[in-house]
Amino acid sequence: MERDSHQEGEAQGVNICDPPNESNPSADTLATSLSLLGNHMFPDPVEKNDCSTGKDDPAQSLLSGVKAEEQHLDAEPRPNQVANMETEETACSNSSECQNNTSTQPANGGTEDAAINNDQSDSGEFVVTMLAKAKLEEQGLGVKGRSSPLLEAGTQESPAFMSHREEDVTADSWRQHRKHVFVLSEAGKPIYSRYGSEEALSSTMGVMMALVSFVQSGDNIIRSVYSEQHTVVFLQKGPLVLVCVSSSRQSEQQLRGELLYVYYQIISMLTQASISRIFEHKKNYDLRRLLAGSEKILDGLLNLVDSDPSFLLVAVHCLPLASSLRDSISQILQKAITPNLVFSILIAKNQLLTIVQEKTVIEDTRLEPSDVHLLLNLIGASSAFQAGEIWTPICLPLFNPDCYFYAYISYLDPPECTVCLLLLSTDKEAFYAVAECKRKIEEAMVAQNSLSLIAKAQSYSVSQVGVSDLRHFMYKPFDVPDNYRQLSQFTSPEMEAPYSSEEEKMRLLDLYRYMHSRIHSTSRPLKLIYHVAERETLLAWVTSKFELYTCFSPLVTKACAITAITKLLRWIKKEEDRLFIRYPPKYSTTPNPSKSSRSGKSDQQDSTDNGFLSLL
Amino acid sequence: MGENVQTIPGGAQPHKDRTLNRQVRTLRVKMVLLGSSGVGKSSLAVRFAKNEFRDTSPTVGCAFLTQVVHVSDASLRFEIWDTAGQEKYHSVTPLYYRGAHAALLVYDISKRETFIRAQLWLKELEKHYIPGSTVIFLIGNKGDLAWDRQVSVQEGQNLAHEKGLSFIETSALSGDQVNELLLDVGKIQNILKVPLDGSRHQTEYLTVNRINAHFSLMYWISGVKK
Repeated sequence: MERDSHQEGEAQGVNICDPPNESNPSADTLATSLSLLGNHMFPDPVEKNDCSTGKDDPAQSLLSGVKAEEQHLDAEPRPNQVANMETEETACSNSSECQNNTSTQPANGGTEDAAINNDQSDSGEFVVTMLAKAKLEEQGLGVKGRSSPLLEAGTQESPAFMSHREEDVTADSWRQHRKHVFVLSEAGKPIYSRYGSEEALSSTMGVMMALVSFVQSGDNIIRSVYSEQHTVVFLQKGPLVLVCVSSSRQSEQQLRGELLYVYYQIISMLTQASISRIFEHKKNYDLRRLLAGSEKILDGLLNLVDSDPSFLLVAVHCLPLASSLRDSISQILQKAITPNLVFSILIAKNQLLTIVQEKTVIEDTRLEPSDVHLLLNLIGASSAFQAGEIWTPICLPLFNPDCYFYAYISYLDPPECTVCLLLLSTDKEAFYAVAECKRKIEEAMVAQNSLSLIAKAQSYSVSQVGVSDLRHFMYKPFDVPDNYRQLSQFTSPEMEAPYSSEEEKMRLLDLYRYMHSRIHSTSRPLKLIYHVAERETLLAWVTSKFELYTCFSPLVTKACAITAITKLLRWIKKEEDRLFIRYPPKYSTTPNPSKSSRSGKSDQQDSTDNGFLSLL
Repeated sequence: MGENVQTIPGGAQPHKDRTLNRQVRTLRVKMVLLGSSGVGKSSLAVRFAKNEFRDTSPTVGCAFLTQVVHVSDASLRFEIWDTAGQEKYHSVTPLYYRGAHAALLVYDISKRETFIRAQLWLKELEKHYIPGSTVIFLIGNKGDLAWDRQVSVQEGQNLAHEKGLSFIETSALSGDQVNELLLDVGKIQNILKVPLDGSRHQTEYLTVNRINAHFSLMYWISGVKK
């Protein structure tokens, strides 16, 4: 997920200049962000570290309230020395930082630090002027936009989801959204905004693009801007620029990961190849034409990203189910095959129930959790699926960003619509054949009474673990069983009291995100964190076998927590077969395996005759 | 393309129904809904298949719905392909209208843009179909928004006349305007020249049914409760 192919521009010779803080008081907020920009032009590790602690402190005070303590696994649990250890830790990471920057966190593929190359000393001023100018324009445009709704009649979305789009972008309420996400083209054309209409935001996005290209003109890449309240993260992917403005206190890497999900969701609808082709052909193409009607899918994705930890963990949450039942359902899917079928996926209650893959596909590569997330979001975001059987081209960006699969989607239990079958084929003509597979699956499931058994399956309560003080946990094993390349999964109980309200759920997730950011910090990764927050105590632990986040009641002692985790791990081991899909079954749908894998992986012809260009 | 039904899985396939004494044939009628995003194709499709109104979210790809209608001595299995109006799916739409017996070209009478788009769709359709094999209906939907009308009935009729299409205005929401839709038979006669099934010896037999088929089609479109 966090594979980031951006070139690191700051590798050597990063120049830094003090931004002209005092130069332009009229654009005060922007000047502030610029001064913060300045803070992130790291000339050397010392300055870098200053910055990272500066970033940590507010997060800590926000999350933990009064006291926050943390330490390495091997540190002795003496609370009165925690502060000392904290500094030791800092010093330690300080020294190792330079050498280890990239190697310590392979998953993140390189340093994530902001780097901006401002050679000219008047550059800051230029940007400030630009931003101030845009602000004026934006206000004018906001008014104009409202007075002439006919202006956008051509590209109007259907009225059902106009609400977010119609938000007044000059209002305070708009500014106060926790997380904004913008997508724009390299020409500065707005493509998507989470809140407010893209038209009204076109000048804001223009400024974002100005920032990006200004830094680019110095052979560099803008990665982030920090202000007291907000973190602005930039991600450039091909001809698209994605920007996140967040006050959620998440780490830059996490936010960038989320932007990457947004990018992949767009790719899943259009493919990378056709997007590049479109923009090669016409630099200022309005991509909203092609994304019209899909805003809801992106909105849904961003809501899921905020509320579902599977995106954070880059793992799939599967429905706990007796392994015998899961196996029998998998066998049903395994038998209902047709040529060119590559994946059969069954989803119940928005969780993965089972997945069967074509043999050669599983040998070549595996289905990435992110692709599954995108599929789940697509299904969840569109109520239209409930009407009938769907046949749609879809791209799995991590599997192959340039080709389409053809997805057959149908609910097996109308009108409740909780059990959804997803069959992916490489043949776009295969609808009738694939629909026939569904018929077979349906029949077999009726015969075995599977649907009512699935209906009984549900997520479990943390009380089943039988460890007092344990309130919640997330456990992600690496490669279960050993050396068996398969879908990354995680397990987690229901969020129960005191985390039953939406706000409390979000608070716990924020705590988890904070723990995750500390564990996966690029500058100072940790193996174990014991974090005493105001209303709970958290313990996160990562080993070569698993990644674990636990939440305890606030009165738990360190020793108690360690024993609890031992018990928890034992319980998970015992329940493994129920909690995870252990051995994903396979089938073979083509007599000639080499052929199938080729057609699955490079269905280039589809993207060349997809007709976008004729419609330009 | 309609003549090629054997190669199309959706082609007509007679079979015997033993519950009735006489032979009942099931005929498949492939029908495709085309038009811009948001004109109400899915709502029409749901009106056809379930006779209810649903405000749907944008279709992803293409939705496939079926509805079986019994008329005199045959069952008609309507296979409704409800395509997405969004431009990004245009590449795959030909897949759905290939071999269709009926194509319903839908526009929104309260949005001129969609009417203009419908004409582009028609051009696209003409590229792919063999004249006479697909019956094309031009449908002005959202008749309930007549107060906000941007496309007059006359315009719709003119276009339909010019291109030799059947024309009707409908409302998937209210299901009104039934009488106007109980069609002038002349048009239906035209439609009947279309062989629904490739095999010659059945043609005469099918003629009778086709009248009914298209009547029931019209009934559906108009939202008459059966």
